[in-house]
Amino acid sequence: MTTTEPQVAASLRPRASRVLAAWHETGRSDIDGHLATHGSMPLPRRRDGAWADRLVEDVGAAGLTGRGGAGFPTARKLQSVRSGHRHPLLAVNAMEGEPASHKDRALLSGVPHLVLDGAELVATAIGAREIAVCVADDRNDSAKCVRTALSERARAGLSRLPTRVMRPPGRYVTGEESALVAWLAGGAAHPQFRATKGTPLTIRRQPVLVQSAETLAHIALIARHGPEWFRSVGPPDAPGTCLVTVSGPVANPGVCEVELGTPMATILERAGITAPVSALLVGGYGGTWLRSGLLHTPYAPGPLKTVACAVGAGVLAAIPTSSCGVSETARVATYMANESAGQCGPCVFGLHAVAQDLVQLARGENDSQALNRLTLRLGTVEGRGACGHPDGVVRLVRSALSVFAGDFADHARHRPCTGWNHRPILPVPPSAATAVGRWR
Amino acid sequence: MPIASFSYRLRVNPIACDAFGYCAELIPEIVLRDEWGYPILREGPIPPRLFELAQRAVRECPRRALFIERIASTGP
Repeated sequence: MTTTEPQVAASLRPRASRVLAAWHETGRSDIDGHLATHGSMPLPRRRDGAWADRLVEDVGAAGLTGRGGAGFPTARKLQSVRSGHRHPLLAVNAMEGEPASHKDRALLSGVPHLVLDGAELVATAIGAREIAVCVADDRNDSAKCVRTALSERARAGLSRLPTRVMRPPGRYVTGEESALVAWLAGGAAHPQFRATKGTPLTIRRQPVLVQSAETLAHIALIARHGPEWFRSVGPPDAPGTCLVTVSGPVANPGVCEVELGTPMATILERAGITAPVSALLVGGYGGTWLRSGLLHTPYAPGPLKTVACAVGAGVLAAIPTSSCGVSETARVATYMANESAGQCGPCVFGLHAVAQDLVQLARGENDSQALNRLTLRLGTVEGRGACGHPDGVVRLVRSALSVFAGDFADHARHRPCTGWNHRPILPVPPSAATAVGRWR
Repeated sequence: MPIASFSYRLRVNPIACDAFGYCAELIPEIVLRDEWGYPILREGPIPPRLFELAQRAVRECPRRALFIERIASTGP
């Protein structure tokens, strides 16, 4: 279990400290620090349709997109659950199954009240009568932070809606929204097959809105300061700030808040690079490697797309030139194969086969066809799972094949480097935790 | 504006599928199998001459994993 509470990277006093402002300005995570920085949340006294309309409009005008990974326009998601006749459930997604991401832990330990403000505002706007804050069952520190914050709010008379802390199993895919909803409905935390993409999620016909903790924190600020304020930083097509988790050969690894559009090289420099970087993993373990020559690319969805990357879970994990990209990718792919929910054949068998090919290549134990076989298998697996898990691995491995092409060719010719025996740079949770089928 | 017409495609629920392979036996023109036996469905609409076979594959799938989906397309 990795329960070391992550630190908000202390040195990274950003120019645009918004979501993390209370933490940076007061050094406190309690209700007093929160109120001193942000004031009380602008919640109407009673049900107010006009207020709810305005909040959703403001979120839309702000141009906020979901910070959980998919990057879908948040206002449209809010609107989709407002039209129904039943009171929806709001699920706050703070599952953070991504091993290299720490932002949910940083949010819940540093600014829990901003997240809870956002949850209360959104729940009120969509007519929800209860809130479920979902924290993985191996993140006791985070759950404790939420419970402490909730009792502070109750004492201060700030909470109006019943809010529960829910503890789904901590696995890579259990934060995927259909898996989360399946667990909240009493089943296993398995991703669901949805024949039509974007079918609304329900529990016994009650609509469920799943919003990431970071998205809610931004909404809490938009409700206070308005859309123009939100848009005053970042590029017009991707305004605002976002949280990134920087790791690798840097003096200050951790979570920092950056204006969207900041060049990735600048983000790494601010974190204090200590060694030359050979490549950067962008997004998460279902993300893509970026060659070091492209680090000047602005960190925003548009520019990232031109270099085949995406914001994803906000991970920026650099590896030094002394490490082996083939071995790092092989370890991550093995972890990801073990994290399959075991539902779809192409994921169950395909990811293990892909991971095995990679491990053989990393160790130099491959036959002459290993690279070809791997490439073919990626094509076979792609697009054939119920959720995006296998596609994420395909994306990661394809980018590795391109960024570390020279290394792969060397390895394939039975000239492995010593990378496989090095300590991994990218965190891979111990296999004991993942081997056991714990899904409920 | 052309008159809208419909065509159909075969889809599989990958969670339900257990690689029995009946579909690939019935309509190899549409369904291939990967190295583990799971179906790979050819993209695009079901050719009309194969439609009845596709319906049979749906009916006979032991896991009820196959289904036919109507897709909108613009006419000829």
